[in-house]
Amino acid sequence: MLIRRPPDIPAHEITDEAAYRDRRAFLRAFGLGAGALAVGLVPRDLRAAVQGDDKLTPYEDVAGYNNFYEFGTGKDDPARNARAFRTRPWTVSIEGEIGRPGKYDIDALVRKHPPVERVYRHRCVEAWSMVVPWLGFPLRDLIRAVEPTSRAKYVEFTTLHDPAQMPGQRRGILEWPYVEGLRMDEAIHPLTLMVTGLYGRTLPNQNGAPLRLIVPWKYGFKGGKSLVRIRFMESRPLTTWNLAAPDEYGFYANVNPAVDHPRWSQARERRIGELFRRKTLPFNGYGSEVAQLYRGMDLRANF
Amino acid sequence: MRLAKAAVFAASLTPFAWLVYAAFADRLGAEPVEKIASVTGVSALIFLFITLSITPLRRATGWNALIRFRRMLGLFAFFYAVLHASDYFVFDQSLSPAYIAEDVVEHPWVLFGFTAFVLLIPLAVTSTKGWVRRLGGRRWQRLHLLVYPVAVLGVLHYFLAVKRDVSQPVLFGGILAVVLLARFVYRSPDRRRGANFRP
Repeated sequence: MLIRRPPDIPAHEITDEAAYRDRRAFLRAFGLGAGALAVGLVPRDLRAAVQGDDKLTPYEDVAGYNNFYEFGTGKDDPARNARAFRTRPWTVSIEGEIGRPGKYDIDALVRKHPPVERVYRHRCVEAWSMVVPWLGFPLRDLIRAVEPTSRAKYVEFTTLHDPAQMPGQRRGILEWPYVEGLRMDEAIHPLTLMVTGLYGRTLPNQNGAPLRLIVPWKYGFKGGKSLVRIRFMESRPLTTWNLAAPDEYGFYANVNPAVDHPRWSQARERRIGELFRRKTLPFNGYGSEVAQLYRGMDLRANF
Repeated sequence: MRLAKAAVFAASLTPFAWLVYAAFADRLGAEPVEKIASVTGVSALIFLFITLSITPLRRATGWNALIRFRRMLGLFAFFYAVLHASDYFVFDQSLSPAYIAEDVVEHPWVLFGFTAFVLLIPLAVTSTKGWVRRLGGRRWQRLHLLVYPVAVLGVLHYFLAVKRDVSQPVLFGGILAVVLLARFVYRSPDRRRGANFRP
């Protein structure tokens, strides 16, 4: 079984959204001292979670509108073509510049790192977005457990390569297998999540079962799906979309309304379920937590 | 002929009818705006190709009655282009001139699509018999040569709009190439001699 200890109450139901949105009034009313105490008491998960009028995207859309080219390039292809995808048995090879390399069984990994719920905005490079209640564990927990050496400067994530099961891999749309990567400080950021489920259930195959990466301040393509290898490296990994079109998809791929894709604007996005576009937020709205990772960097050059 | 025209008219409404049905049956998917854009855009190109095929088909088969469908099919290309553009103006750009201007100036694929749409407008307006008379056959025909840049720009627009899997736009480019080749092979013997235009 994937989820050994499912949370009894989803995290997003614990704090009433209206109360959460009124937090500033709350802080003012109770004064700075009490306010500081209150902020300390609110779990980081919740503070990072839903902001403004972010309503959860319905399950059917989260699990029915997918970019997962291994199962076809149409948005509804993955849900159709991934139905029979086998996610057990499944091992993840964790290797490279670490003290404890090895092949880790997915169920053992989940037992060791029980999933928590995190509600994140999810912004695709194609200028659409969702709000998804993911289930997963912070990548940093896994990284700590495998004891990276001082040479571990980047982490590379590799998706399964199995054209027999993944019909999209029979076409040369991209270089297979799909590879993504993060800088070490991005990988150990508390927001970076290894995802094993959504909406309180096991991750649907079309969303990258049994294990995928979610980095909420980056464009969605950074989140490799159906991962079979996590490798710690001294040099920057060569990532799939960056190799395919280096002028269109950068290694960093931080959500940035000021830097357009060469062919379309990134200033606004369509939230799935809404008709009109809304403004895109720098770092997808997580700037207060991640902007310091990029201090001093030219985000226009390092897009 | 009236019956045949009615049948072609009804058949040409199929993509539109499907969109209306899907909108009410909640079958436009998670991204209805995108779905409408893709159905109307592809339909506009297909009707453009059909319209361009009428003349070579007529010359190849000697079936001259085909010409009577050409205006209607061309206007259907315009109809779907209007829906496509409206979807973009309203839902993608919230009818904001500033947003639209910025998008058109900064992104070649938008510029190509926008230009193709603007060039289609005079063709639709002058599609009536009255306008043929008013302009005179030769001038009317010269104006309607604009259909070629419209078709080429439309396919380029489609090609650049796609993220990675360009198989469909490439297919459309191939179809356009075949249609243009057919028009060249079956070009008017009159035109080669520089003789009078026959409407």
